[in-house]
Amino acid sequence: MKGNFIDNLPKVYGIYTGGFIGFIIIMAIAEQMGMTAKAIGIAFVAFTVFIYALIGWLSRTAQADAYYVAGRQVPTVFNGMATAADWMSGASFVAMAGGIYFKGYGYMALLVGWTGGYVLVASLLAPYLRKFGCYTVPDFIGTRYGGNLARFSAVVVLTVASFTYVTAQINATGTIASVALDIPFQYAVYVGLISILLCSMLGGMRGVTWTQVAQYIVLIIAYLLPVFWISNKMGAGFFPHFMLADEVARIGELEQQFGFVKNAAADLKSVPKGLAGITKAHSAVNATPWAFISLALAMMMGTASLPHVMMRYFTTPSVKAARKSVGWSLFFIFLLYSSAPMLATLSKLSLIDPNLPTGIIGKTFAEVEAIDWYQNWNQANLMFISDFNGNGTLELNEFFMGGKAVVLATPEIAGLPYVISGLVAAGGMAAAMSTADGLILAIANAISHDVYYKIIDPKAETAKRLLVARVLLVVIGFAGATIAAMEIQGILGSVIWAFDFAMSGLFFPLVLGVWWKRANRQGAIAGMLGGLIAGAWYLIWVRTGGSGFLGITQLTFGIFGSAVSLVLMVVVSLMTAEPDKATQKMVDEVRVPSGKTILGKSH
Amino acid sequence: MSNQQKHWEKTRSLLFITLAIWFVFSIGIFLFGAEMNEVTGPFGYPWTYWFTCQGSLGAFVILIFWFANRQEKIDEEFGFSEREDE
Repeated sequence: MKGNFIDNLPKVYGIYTGGFIGFIIIMAIAEQMGMTAKAIGIAFVAFTVFIYALIGWLSRTAQADAYYVAGRQVPTVFNGMATAADWMSGASFVAMAGGIYFKGYGYMALLVGWTGGYVLVASLLAPYLRKFGCYTVPDFIGTRYGGNLARFSAVVVLTVASFTYVTAQINATGTIASVALDIPFQYAVYVGLISILLCSMLGGMRGVTWTQVAQYIVLIIAYLLPVFWISNKMGAGFFPHFMLADEVARIGELEQQFGFVKNAAADLKSVPKGLAGITKAHSAVNATPWAFISLALAMMMGTASLPHVMMRYFTTPSVKAARKSVGWSLFFIFLLYSSAPMLATLSKLSLIDPNLPTGIIGKTFAEVEAIDWYQNWNQANLMFISDFNGNGTLELNEFFMGGKAVVLATPEIAGLPYVISGLVAAGGMAAAMSTADGLILAIANAISHDVYYKIIDPKAETAKRLLVARVLLVVIGFAGATIAAMEIQGILGSVIWAFDFAMSGLFFPLVLGVWWKRANRQGAIAGMLGGLIAGAWYLIWVRTGGSGFLGITQLTFGIFGSAVSLVLMVVVSLMTAEPDKATQKMVDEVRVPSGKTILGKSH
Repeated sequence: MSNQQKHWEKTRSLLFITLAIWFVFSIGIFLFGAEMNEVTGPFGYPWTYWFTCQGSLGAFVILIFWFANRQEKIDEEFGFSEREDE
């Protein structure tokens, strides 16, 4: 079947999806027959990771174009799925609904930002970079602007942004593996890492592509099934997306009724780290226009600068397919993102509505402490109650929860069988693994192709190049895991920083490389390094007590970084000589879809 | 003006239209977030809330497919579309 594998894709993944649903049903039956929750969790994670590893092994390759760009034959829709998995990280899966639950409107700027960015990808960059025929993003920068310094600067920006991101993903795989397999986090991180490397090491981009498609299928089933099930079980509506208006309004009513009581600082000290109470309105506008727009804008420009996303569009068979593929990517992302607010709504209402059997607000402390799921999640350090006012009844401001609990605990709270929780663990693992794979591969490929092959040893043979690429993959993975094991930054904080770093250094050098012929090497280098340094400086300044300006926070520092990058790039380009005729002709070539790619098939 | 210049001209206008629509759904409407949220919108959700949950997201999906189709037409018009054997 190998020969026409591509033609057989719908069949292969159809069978795979059927098999996975069959596995869920078998687990459900096993649960009824007395299989323990722990065994189900282990079975879900182990089974899915085994499948990914198998796909990784079947996709092994010794060819450069298969390793770097999956042989450029990934069909539009499948590339869309792979990109969606590549894109939706452990944070999207585990933490997003929680963020919406706690922060409401102000946080939902991320939903708009993380989808709107794809319009920029489709219209400004993806088709042109596909026409270029590059293997990596620095490959484009290095060829368009010429010279090793430009290429190297792009590698630096890419590494800073992607590495910030990847530690969060390895951290997430570790968290899930440690819960599902019941092993300490420090070891679970390395279990996660080995699973990640199994997917990517043998097949490079080809292996990652086909595992990401498989991972998308797992993660989307794992996200949507509980949302629909919970909604139906609560009687909220059989299609939650169109039917939760009453529930949203009811939460608003309850917020009015309970009020947002501010806790004393001394009381809050007793709350475990990482847990939060409900302090913001669910559906009301609770952020200024600029706070919302600046965060959305930073995420959109960051999306269009993150190399692990961009390189997915190098794998399509044509320029036309690259464009359509961006649309499919966003469609598959939309399926999950539009469900996250619904899950947040259902989760919140089921917890705080005293009229619902699951509601805990208004119950006595003794009653709440006797609930099974409360005990479980309290033990897992994700839920906490404390009688601050001493009246013996749980008030809204006395209930604290971790952001992850919205996704991880809601199925259990709503009374769904444990098999769903096992499924959710597998989905979270898939989401974190697929993103980690994309990121590690982006970094390792940039260093092996752009630094090693293009700068250090241009005569290296394919076998040697791929060996270097694989060694780097392992080294970068272990470096990421080591930092993840230190648990420095929460999952989401570092994810947002990655977007800001990427947009600071890469957004304008990439966009102007296509859209402004006059942009030259000096300008691009100044833009990349100047933007990255300015952004990093702003982050450090704000983190160390600086006041910031124009309402730019540590989450949106990329706006400052990219503005500096744009100004430097334009000014320096205009002050130096325009690019030579050959480069200008190359830009013209990039702008039309037909004809040969700029870089050869194997380069 | 050469064929290629005309092609690029049209491509660029398509880009501007696409970015204008993108701007409306990602930035424009959120300038009036507070006011818009007072009004009941699709499926009974408040308008702004609905845009952040579904509306803007869905608009982006449709916008990209629309853009891709328009760009294909432009490429065909000037004879720059890719042939299958390339």
